[in-house]
Amino acid sequence: MTALVVPAPTSARHLSKAVMWITAGVSALVAFGIFAVLSAAGISEGFNIVAAVFVSAILFVLLSYVLSRIVEGRRKASDRLATGLVTTAFIVALLPLVSLVSTAFVNGLPRLDPLFFSSSMRNVVGQGGGGLHAIIGTLEITLAATVISVPIGIMTAIYLVEYGTGRLARAITFFVDVMTGIPSIVAGLFAFALFAIVLGPGIRFGIGGAVALSILMIPVVVRSTEEMLKLVPNELREASYALGVPKWLTIVKIVIPTAIGGIITGVMLSISRIIGETAPLLIIVGMSTSMNYNLFSDRMATLPVFVYTQYASQGSDAQAYIDRAWTGALVLIFIVMALNLIARLVSKLLAPKGLR
Amino acid sequence: MSKRIEVKDLNVYYGKFKAVEDVSLTIEPRTVTAFIGPSGCGKSTFLRTLNRMHEVIPGARVEGEVMIDGKNLYDADVDPVLVRRQVGMVFQRPNPFPTMSIADNVLAGVKLNNNKMSKSDAEHLVEKSLKGANLWKEVKDRLNLPGSGLSGGQQQRLCIARAIAVSPEVILMDEPCSALDPISTLAIEDLIDELKAKYTIVIVTHNMQQASRVSDKTAFFNIAGTGEPGKLIEFDDTTTIFENPHVQATEDYISGRFG
Ligand SMILES: Nc1ncnc2c1ncn2[C@@H]1O[C@H](COP(=O)(O)OP(=O)(O)OP(=O)(O)O)[C@@H](O)[C@H]1O
Ligand SMILES: [Mg+2]
Repeated sequence: MTALVVPAPTSARHLSKAVMWITAGVSALVAFGIFAVLSAAGISEGFNIVAAVFVSAILFVLLSYVLSRIVEGRRKASDRLATGLVTTAFIVALLPLVSLVSTAFVNGLPRLDPLFFSSSMRNVVGQGGGGLHAIIGTLEITLAATVISVPIGIMTAIYLVEYGTGRLARAITFFVDVMTGIPSIVAGLFAFALFAIVLGPGIRFGIGGAVALSILMIPVVVRSTEEMLKLVPNELREASYALGVPKWLTIVKIVIPTAIGGIITGVMLSISRIIGETAPLLIIVGMSTSMNYNLFSDRMATLPVFVYTQYASQGSDAQAYIDRAWTGALVLIFIVMALNLIARLVSKLLAPKGLR
Repeated sequence: MSKRIEVKDLNVYYGKFKAVEDVSLTIEPRTVTAFIGPSGCGKSTFLRTLNRMHEVIPGARVEGEVMIDGKNLYDADVDPVLVRRQVGMVFQRPNPFPTMSIADNVLAGVKLNNNKMSKSDAEHLVEKSLKGANLWKEVKDRLNLPGSGLSGGQQQRLCIARAIAVSPEVILMDEPCSALDPISTLAIEDLIDELKAKYTIVIVTHNMQQASRVSDKTAFFNIAGTGEPGKLIEFDDTTTIFENPHVQATEDYISGRFG
């Protein structure tokens, strides 16, 4: 431990990396030790790893502050404290996420088999069966909702940023804000009421669900696209006008291509926002145990509703139902992750190159 | 093919604020005219009225006449888009399109207007415009790389190439060298000298030496105080303005006594 204090002519004394690692090790040892003792003594039920990580982070922050205060002085110590707190906050934010994904993974794994992806729940009361019908249903309804929402959302944003001034623009902004806060069940009821008026009561079909989801999706698309369009420097628009390019061509060929990466990211976020919606689909799409690929007639299965019904109405072999529910949830997580990865790739490919 | 610009009694407003008052001047074809004056006196504002870029700003409007070869730009039947194809503009900060390669930037004015062009014509135009902007040698091996990867001075010359590729009759430059080093500045000044043979050029500059080096005529603008409109104080041959100006304010400004 010669590295504890490093005197240098121009720099003040400072704690070396090794010391910090040792501090971190000691904090972890103490925290894990405490929780191991607690669980061994039977005070806590099992070894609580989440709490142990959290406590070691806190211990580390305190310990390094005290050490740093003694060795390095006040300014450096505050710096370490702030860095430590920010990092702890990050860990705290991350813990539930990691815990959620790992739980879904552990519980979903048993039924993550080919059968799940190749069969529906038709005539299944116990083990077996799968979620193919729900996967297809979710993909179709989400795609339909995207097809409805993206053009409307993007064009609204273009209107607001490029053309809108005065009352109308303010009114639209206000309604978009209000729409952002609509509870999803209300969107479902709205779609149901709308189609009940047009097509008679008791109507249930996929496209109705897509309409309900669009109501939730449009404001998100408008907002994110608006922000992205605002980021496009005015100088680019002026450069284009100065070349004698009309306004609409400037928007189509300069403004949108410059912002396209961000727009796509926003669209993907909005898809992630709606793909897990359950309540509106329960109302207007209903549920089905068998395949229905037709958006325009009859009930359809969707993954969130599939998970819900598997859990809510367990049949003769309860464990089989619960396993299917977890696998359904896991597949939903996979779909969202895949969409996000694709979005990242696409926006990377389309983003302006060589930006400083 | 370059044209005479006659401005008569021009007032320029931003909403209620009158930024420029009562400007009248005539710019001869194939000359370089420099606008000088203290910051905020309305040089950029006035310059932008010459290709109807002023009205792009919400609430901005213009009173008076700008005649280009006898036709008033502000007549009701004039399409601002067509005006801007005849009167090109280079901005203070280089602004190449970040989504486009160097070659596409040069072709932007043509391509964005949906004009079809054969590949060889396009290549020819790129080469001609980049040569015209003194940039060809530096970029001829990387025409397909993004324009934003160039140095500031190169980007500014790329913007000039982009402006001359649509073959305008007049080129307006708003402090084109203010963000550039002396060598790039010199390159652009040489370029202005060459472009003068074909185009009518109007340049705003804060650099007195630059104005006296490149311009044939100089217009001095001034402002009485904040909130007051800017006015054209004196407009004459550059040598006259710099050697024996008729107005005291011009002399004070040029000799560095204020501004
Ligand atoms: N977009 C705008 N909206 C409102 N007022 C503006 C706008 N742009 C400029 N002005 C005002 O108009 C006046 C003239 O500005 P202008 O930019 O033409 O000055 P300038 O002579 O080009 O100055 P500089 O040498 O600093 O570029 C200033 O008082 C300025 O505050
Ligand atoms: Mg200016």
